[in-house]
Amino acid sequence: MNIEVLLFGRLAELLGSERLHLEAVADTDAVCSQLEGLCPALKQLNYQIAVNHMIIHDNQWLTDGMTVALMPPFSGG
Amino acid sequence: MNIKGEARYQRQMLLKDFGRTGQEKLFQAKVLVIGAGGLGCPVLQYLAAAGIGTLGIVDHDVVELSNLHRQILYSVANVGSLKVNCAAERLREFNPDITILTYPVQLNNQNALSILSEFDIVIDGSDNFPTRYMINDACVLLNKPLVYGALSETEGQVSVFNVADESGIKVNYRDVFPAAPQPGEVLNCSEAGVLGVLPGIIGMMQANEAIKLISGTGETLYNQLMIYNLYTSQTYKIKLSPGDPNLTDLPSDIPSFMKMDYNWFCGIRTLNRELKEMGPDEFHQVLQEDSFTIIDVREPGELPAASGFEYISLPLSELKREIPLIKGDKVILFCHSGIRSIVAGELLLEAYPEKEFYSLKGGILRMKS
Repeated sequence: MNIEVLLFGRLAELLGSERLHLEAVADTDAVCSQLEGLCPALKQLNYQIAVNHMIIHDNQWLTDGMTVALMPPFSGG
Repeated sequence: MNIKGEARYQRQMLLKDFGRTGQEKLFQAKVLVIGAGGLGCPVLQYLAAAGIGTLGIVDHDVVELSNLHRQILYSVANVGSLKVNCAAERLREFNPDITILTYPVQLNNQNALSILSEFDIVIDGSDNFPTRYMINDACVLLNKPLVYGALSETEGQVSVFNVADESGIKVNYRDVFPAAPQPGEVLNCSEAGVLGVLPGIIGMMQANEAIKLISGTGETLYNQLMIYNLYTSQTYKIKLSPGDPNLTDLPSDIPSFMKMDYNWFCGIRTLNRELKEMGPDEFHQVLQEDSFTIIDVREPGELPAASGFEYISLPLSELKREIPLIKGDKVILFCHSGIRSIVAGELLLEAYPEKEFYSLKGGILRMKS
């Protein structure tokens, strides 16, 4: 199983990359906990998740080849 | 219908699906632009050029020299003057056939509804979360389309909220970001920096969304969030959907909107009785006393560097992990703009309730100017 993870804004900065590949992640909660393992600071941050370009509001099951995007809110103007 | 100064718009009226009808719609439209900064300047300039009949501008700030690399409506001579006045003057010179209305006020939930209700479309070019949530809620309550744009260093977000799709589904900012970030979690342009072209690009995308919405041409970004990356020139679009209506903090009616504390919602707490704010003048006075410990809570390498007094560097990120030993009974904390020093002050107060903590109001930014 291969899940592509796209990171935006500060999340990309914290994880040192805009794109990661994860294996063995059954759902979006597992993606978040794996990323939090790589970078504990993530636990303190607010972000929204999209799966295959669709926003999700609850944990979602993942299948091979899906793309998970993590987007923080921006305030600047 | 007579369009004042019609010849000016000839090139866009030539576009088949826009035509004279599209131009008439723009001329009849009333658009409110909140914030005349990095996003607001290109939005205003292009909407004035396109012939939006009435443009409102809300901003309570004055022009600063550090604005000029991205806020292209202003000149060096404008430094120190109210942005709304400078912007209106410039836009009237540029297009005398449209009406410009100015609101030199800080938009809040007490004045927002009366200002917003005068307009058909609202454009968010603000620079902080409490204002963004407040504008969103006001637009939901007044049922106004909201063209959203926001920046972070090298990325921008654009969307159109409160516009229903074919099945009547519409989303708002709270469907995308239901929980507000805490102070210091997301840095704004004055803290993290921004290349001048980024607000230019995102602001022009917002102007484009407004023109499409009004003229009925093309497809707007309703129920979608677009993210643009300045460094890779890539855009990424996400389809939005409403969140659980039982879980939203959206005020249900106007009285609850008026009572809402947007600063509190965004984690900006009124100062503790013990944590005081100190202005730059008082700061310069107490420097002579030599009885204060001064702490920079910015991250390593942040500019401008402090000079002319002794201080300790204790980045907020480290303070959040571990509170170190702090010497002295009276401590002044400073950061870039005076927000993170409040967060640091509250952390330190918990650890050292016997000490006096002060947060430098406006940060090093205010002190330098």
